[in-house]
Amino acid sequence: MIAALAFYMFAGLAIFAGLMVVVSRNPVHSVLFLILAFFNAAGLFVLLGAEFLAMILIIVYVGAVAVLFLFVVMMLDIDFSELRQGFQQYLPLGGLVGMIVLGELLLVLASGLGRPEMVRIPGSGAVRIAQDVENTAAMGQVLFTDYIYLFQAAGMILLVSMIGAIVLAHRTRPGVKKQIIADQVARTPAESIELIKVETGKGVKM
Amino acid sequence: MEIGIEHYLTVGAILFSLGMFGIFLNRKNVIIILMSIELILLAVNINLVAFSSFHNDLVGQIFAMFVLTVAAAESAIGLAILVIYFRNRGSIDVEDINQMRG
Repeated sequence: MIAALAFYMFAGLAIFAGLMVVVSRNPVHSVLFLILAFFNAAGLFVLLGAEFLAMILIIVYVGAVAVLFLFVVMMLDIDFSELRQGFQQYLPLGGLVGMIVLGELLLVLASGLGRPEMVRIPGSGAVRIAQDVENTAAMGQVLFTDYIYLFQAAGMILLVSMIGAIVLAHRTRPGVKKQIIADQVARTPAESIELIKVETGKGVKM
Repeated sequence: MEIGIEHYLTVGAILFSLGMFGIFLNRKNVIIILMSIELILLAVNINLVAFSSFHNDLVGQIFAMFVLTVAAAESAIGLAILVIYFRNRGSIDVEDINQMRG
């Protein structure tokens, strides 16, 4: 009973937040609703028994990705009202496509294909969820043995994306006066001091 | 009332459709499009974890973790491209992105 109530609360809030992400007028509100959607999805994951993924979702998404979005939205000086010009124009088409996709997906669900007894997993690739091992330990046991190469590949993807993002967004601005300490220390009196004999009655041409 | 796999899959389907709806609705704003893609990937993750839990198979959760990894990398690169695009053009309107005449 409690589980059903929790499910309906998390699911309802996630769907509401998802809707607000796409229809909200202010992009900052969109990001905040995205965070709410992620929190509620994490709640759904906990209900499903995937505690590790729920925590990863909160740490990675709310802690990193959503904050990155928030940074970008606030850093860029954009007139967002101008970007909403075609909102009314795209509403019918978007609504139509969304409803068609939703109808098709629900049709697939209504046919009962999703039920466990309807699906036979081919081969013996299934890794049964052990009941006496907690979720994090169970995932670690599978991830670091059977899926170690994919795990390394995921790490490489993150490294490449990190380097790519830095290379893309980094810029050296011309005309910026910056202190270069090595040059200052390396200066010698011979090259930095010039003695000029000033004749009487004449100035010095610099 | 018992919560079955259909309930979770319905939530996933609704979130996926909302993400597609968002892409169509905010045709001009790249930031909202990226957020809609995040919503779609979240819906996929909900489906994967629901199947994993109800089929008693841990591989679904492993795969959901890889989806999370790729989604994080994708949004980082996407936002970096967005920042340099804004720096060059002064706008993030999708319809201005036509320099390559594609």
